[in-house]
Amino acid sequence: MNQVFSRPESLKDVQTHFCPGCQHGTIHRLVAEAMDEFGIRDRTIGIASVGCSVFLYSYFDIDVVEAPHGRAPAVATGAKRARPDKIVFTYQGDGDLAAIGTSEIIHAANRGEAITVIFVNNTTYGMTGGQMAPTTMPGQKTSTSPYGRDIKNDGAPFKMAELLSNLDGVAFSARVAVNSPKNVLQARKMIKTAFQYQVEGKGFSFIEALSTCPTNWGMNPLQANQRLADEMIPYFPLNVFKNSENL
Amino acid sequence: MRHDVFISGYGGQGVLLAGNLLSYAAIHEGLNVSFFPSYGVEKRGGSAMCTIVFSDGDTGSPVVGHPSVSVILNQLSFDKYAAKVKPGGICIVNSSLVECDGVELPEVELVKVPMNRIALELEDIRMLNMVACGAYVAKTGALKITSLEEALKKALPERNHRLIPANVKAIRAGAVAAG
Amino acid sequence: MSEKLFVKGNEAVAMAAIEAGVRCYFGYPITPQSDIPEYLSRELPKNGGTFIQAESEIGAINMVLGASAAGVRAMTSSSGPGISLKQEGISYMAGSELPGVIVDIMRQGPGLGGIDASQADYWQATRGGGHGGYRIIVLAPASVQEMYDLTMLAFDLSDLYRIPAMVLADSVIGQMKESIVANPRPQVELPAKEWAVRGRKAGEPQNVVKSLKLGDGEMEAFHWAMLDRYKVLAENENRWEELLTDDAELIVTAFGSTARISRTAVAMAREAGMKVGLLRPITLFPFPARAYLSLSQRCKRFLDIELSTGQMIDDVRLSVARDADVAFYGRPPGAGSLPTPEEIFEQIRKVYP
Repeated sequence: MNQVFSRPESLKDVQTHFCPGCQHGTIHRLVAEAMDEFGIRDRTIGIASVGCSVFLYSYFDIDVVEAPHGRAPAVATGAKRARPDKIVFTYQGDGDLAAIGTSEIIHAANRGEAITVIFVNNTTYGMTGGQMAPTTMPGQKTSTSPYGRDIKNDGAPFKMAELLSNLDGVAFSARVAVNSPKNVLQARKMIKTAFQYQVEGKGFSFIEALSTCPTNWGMNPLQANQRLADEMIPYFPLNVFKNSENL
Repeated sequence: MRHDVFISGYGGQGVLLAGNLLSYAAIHEGLNVSFFPSYGVEKRGGSAMCTIVFSDGDTGSPVVGHPSVSVILNQLSFDKYAAKVKPGGICIVNSSLVECDGVELPEVELVKVPMNRIALELEDIRMLNMVACGAYVAKTGALKITSLEEALKKALPERNHRLIPANVKAIRAGAVAAG
Repeated sequence: MSEKLFVKGNEAVAMAAIEAGVRCYFGYPITPQSDIPEYLSRELPKNGGTFIQAESEIGAINMVLGASAAGVRAMTSSSGPGISLKQEGISYMAGSELPGVIVDIMRQGPGLGGIDASQADYWQATRGGGHGGYRIIVLAPASVQEMYDLTMLAFDLSDLYRIPAMVLADSVIGQMKESIVANPRPQVELPAKEWAVRGRKAGEPQNVVKSLKLGDGEMEAFHWAMLDRYKVLAENENRWEELLTDDAELIVTAFGSTARISRTAVAMAREAGMKVGLLRPITLFPFPARAYLSLSQRCKRFLDIELSTGQMIDDVRLSVARDADVAFYGRPPGAGSLPTPEEIFEQIRKVYP
């Protein structure tokens, strides 16, 4: 019998702690598939960040360094410069990367560090209980924006994939979503391309993956998926913003 | 044996180069050296000072409250630091720029050397720090003139080695003036 | 004996780091330590190493964390305000049991303070500095030669004990030039870094470098294990220098620059016929408590000298015999507040029994 579906080798055979309807699991899987496809698991170093993504080492069957909140791109810089032959990627949430870690991400990107950054944008701080994130949508209610995000008070959401694509050091920047089979297939392709940039030594690659947080959004998984399609994608368009080598 | 010397002037007079030269000369003689620079907060034109301690044993404190010898290159430094020389010590003064006629430093030997004038006679005002170094070694005998001449190779950057003969001349002129 | 070089304290740190095999330096400019990144930006690439001027002190220390996790020797350097920023990363390194060398060329504080010499980072350095309860190895050079030698020692001790190590000096020691011998790296047997992330091969265990410890009892066990390690460190690695203590009736104690100034004050006291000695801690953590205890069995009077209103004096008082008396003379750091040997000699006169 032909086996058509199996767990990627780079993922451990364990249950995740992610909430029902959370899309971290899908994004993890796509990252693992890219690693399997390039056969780089045995030379990959993952950099975990602070937030729901901190348990990277529990799910990926690879060596991992846990970074302080927001500092994953700096930790990745150190690891990659120390071991240029390794594949180094960070996996960060929106609070981590786009709030406390803006300095680290922008400078790592601007230096053109040969790393891959997977940025998961679910418009909220998940682990700490649904506070306002730098990517929280205008009008979105969170536990620290109970009247809805007011852009006069809080500024507008960061569009990181677009912002970083303006830096000369960035070789590849794309935004993806995993809310539908079609988008999953596209996301798989983009994540693979991001790793291909690093495997081929072609510079800094960035993936912004839109994701759901049903628990903190106060929705069931289907409603959350619908919100992603109806509200997030129009505001955070899915696109390739930079593909300097046309890979 | 342990010697300490304090050199002070304004930025541009070559205070730190003089300190480096004496340090290299002491190392040439197999001694241990501490060279402690200090500056005013200005990046240009402020005051420049350094203390050099050299010894065949422990150099001890790089900071000296009352130096046994001070080399004073300008008026401001004289007014501020001349009185700090310790009793029995020597104060070598650039008398071209420092008005010290009639000034008494109790128990301190005041040695007046017109450093600017000597340097100008050698047709290079920049040599006044070398004149000062020559005066220092001639007056104290703490280091050999030949060690200073040897030390020029290390204290001066390679590109200025062509100036070594002129520096040697200035050191000797300073020594003659103080001796 | 090899030829004597004439170098600045800060340069000696950089030279020693290269001799010790540092592969990565990450830093950010701040006076009075910028000679270190300047030297390494020039020399480290020639030796096949990496130099990055980071976006911030926080970026720099986290690059050290990443490089060290990958198993290479890595370092950073700064001064007071920058060291405060680095505390986040130092705490994570301590929690992750990562080696790494941090150099603090102390300047005045608090806040922006000023660039003159200070010893007021003593507490920050010796008490861990960041959150969570930990210690780091702290070495206090008092000469340019020691800036060189102790920087190499910092790398070895840090690797040996998997504890971050700090070289704690100030702008007197960092900016002065002295004749030194550039000793070769000492031969020390160090354990292989089997814990480093390297890309996990099939059949090898997964290496994870982390400070998050959520398991029942996991964090408590970590703290007890670290306490045991600190005890071994204190047992094996205490370093101090004694000068003329055998017959001393007063022992002056100071570290770093004030110890240097005190040496001459002690010599002045001896010339004046007073039996005065000097005890200089070289390791500030572990603090050489046993040297104080042993000397204070006989000599009951100590004089602690610091460029602060008194920080190390806490450790001195905790270390001496109960019936010993510890006097203090400090100058809070600042322009014009560097004490002279003559000034310390006056203090010796005042407290000499």
